[in-house]
Amino acid sequence: MTGFNISRMVPPVIKSAYSRVVSGGWAYLLFVGIFGLLMLAGIASGIHALFIAGSRHAYGTYREVPVATLISTYVFFVVASTGLCLVSSLPHLFGVRNFMPIAKRSVYLSIITILSGFLVIGLEIENPFRMVIYNVISPNFSSNIWWMGTLYGFALVFLTIEFIFLIKEEKHTKAMIVCLLGVITEVAANTNLGGVFAMMHGRPYWYGPYLPVYFLLSAIMTGCAFIIFFFVLSYWINKKTIDLQTEKALESVGKLAILMLIIITIFTVWKILATFVGGASGTEALAALLTGPYAFNFWGIEVIGGMIIPFVLLLMSKAKNMMIMFVAAAFMIFSIFFMRLDLVVVGQIVPLYLELGVSEYSRLHTYTPSVHEILVVLGGVGFCGMAFLLGEKIFDGFQPMESGHAPEETIVEVKEAQETT
Amino acid sequence: MKDNPQSGEKHEKADTEFHLEIERRDFLKIGLAITGVIAGGTVLSLISNVGESFAPGAYRKKYPYKPHHSMVIRQDRCIDCKRCTEACVATNRVPDYGWRTTILKRELPESVDQKWDFIPILCNQCNNPPCVRACPTRATYKNKENGIVMMEDKKCIGCKSCMMACPYDARYFNEAKSAIDKCDFCFETRLSKGKTNVACAEACPADVRVFGDLSDPGSRVYKLIHQLQKPVWVLREEVGAKPNIFYMKG
Repeated sequence: MTGFNISRMVPPVIKSAYSRVVSGGWAYLLFVGIFGLLMLAGIASGIHALFIAGSRHAYGTYREVPVATLISTYVFFVVASTGLCLVSSLPHLFGVRNFMPIAKRSVYLSIITILSGFLVIGLEIENPFRMVIYNVISPNFSSNIWWMGTLYGFALVFLTIEFIFLIKEEKHTKAMIVCLLGVITEVAANTNLGGVFAMMHGRPYWYGPYLPVYFLLSAIMTGCAFIIFFFVLSYWINKKTIDLQTEKALESVGKLAILMLIIITIFTVWKILATFVGGASGTEALAALLTGPYAFNFWGIEVIGGMIIPFVLLLMSKAKNMMIMFVAAAFMIFSIFFMRLDLVVVGQIVPLYLELGVSEYSRLHTYTPSVHEILVVLGGVGFCGMAFLLGEKIFDGFQPMESGHAPEETIVEVKEAQETT
Repeated sequence: MKDNPQSGEKHEKADTEFHLEIERRDFLKIGLAITGVIAGGTVLSLISNVGESFAPGAYRKKYPYKPHHSMVIRQDRCIDCKRCTEACVATNRVPDYGWRTTILKRELPESVDQKWDFIPILCNQCNNPPCVRACPTRATYKNKENGIVMMEDKKCIGCKSCMMACPYDARYFNEAKSAIDKCDFCFETRLSKGKTNVACAEACPADVRVFGDLSDPGSRVYKLIHQLQKPVWVLREEVGAKPNIFYMKG
């Protein structure tokens, strides 16, 4: 009697992916383990907060500041997803070929960043199971949150289909349609996310058409930073040198990052100037950001760490030195996380009845993230890191399709670039 | 009964005075309406303009609900005895970490008489409620008959977007319900059971809170809001939520 051999039932493609993961080296596996543990700690923390301790006890949010770090982390991840999708797909759609080598990994990163965001918000919402049911059977079409969640859900589906097409290297119309649908849903979801805050007419710091546009432009900046950061990392992980086509694509992304940094800086300056001449509530929030309890976050992390240093580094790198670009991208990603946090929290710290002059609402509200919240954030980061590392091996380093059959134009462009340098 | 010419004269005189009074009131109405506009619309003692203010073009009737539940808070009568908040807690099982109604205190050091002003607040049952627009699952909704902003707890996903959206800090997350809780003008605990007044108004010893149907010209709230002498205002009017809690003095 022959024994039941389970390995026979596993498809060869999974076997080879598994063997690549296992043979990734001890450092690789160590990081996969660390990120995996972080993810589990985050999930455990969130479940404990929501279903055992109660969010009132476990999270730092309260009546006057009902959402904070977890929502800002969700914003951080999903805005990054939009950026990754746009930077990798728009050139694809418009036939800018020098971005094509980065398409596969960028779309994969776009998928895992959405999932990271969903993981974090799933541990923030009090009744995630009700959400699954009533988002479908009792939708509120006037709610930005409903549109945002639904559209990001659709975006995830389209991105996944697009990724499958990219892996299979299918280039027909279907792939382009899915790519276009992914871009449309990502842009709609992203601007709706901006709308969640922009349409709060009781919160002057957020209210107005500024935020949806800011979210979209900021997404492109974030996408550039993520692409540079994760691409350089991936080549270290796969112990390969960056091929010329990818390097050329990353140079373009670096230049785009410089442009977006300038645009976001201009946006930030005008937001400050416009808010200064507005009502008391907005100016109080702005004062908290510029000279109050959030001044270090703004000047130290957002402006110096997120705008000035990356800008100087990217200029120094001339969008060619990948190491300097990597450091610049790391600065940007770190500071963008705080940009989201500051935006969400500062919009709520000004008391709603400030102008009434009552003692209960005379001081700015304060917010400090709890250990539970920090663990959930690390859980999202852990999932993102683990999924990135596993993806590198499972999809065999996202070999660019050009390695097999590169489009003529790309090869010519690369040769031209080599000649000029 | 014999006609009394003196009485007839009196009637005639009274009629003339009545007409003059109407003319005087109409004139004052125009004046106050203009004053209200100049004052940036914060003072709502504009008689008929109150109805217009809270029934924009989208509504066919002057007040869109029947009954159009609303409350007038006569602010200077409040002595912060907290019987209203205690009655609310007892009636609606409000936990110690939350509130449906509370009393704010404003210090008036420059004042020559009372040094404190007490301002009761609660859900404003807005005609254009930001919370209802923000809720992704329609867990919070505006009752089409009486205009009360209500909760359907089983649909609440606990995203807290309504808490962010509310300009009046009128909502909190209730752990026992696992849903957002807010003032529903005691609809669940009293009005739906045939009672006609809300717990806070009934408990108030100073008759600060006057609850009633704004669409009924015979109700106290209607009369208080549609009088001429005393200014009536709402909180955070600039938000545009069109609240149904009105404030006045006296």
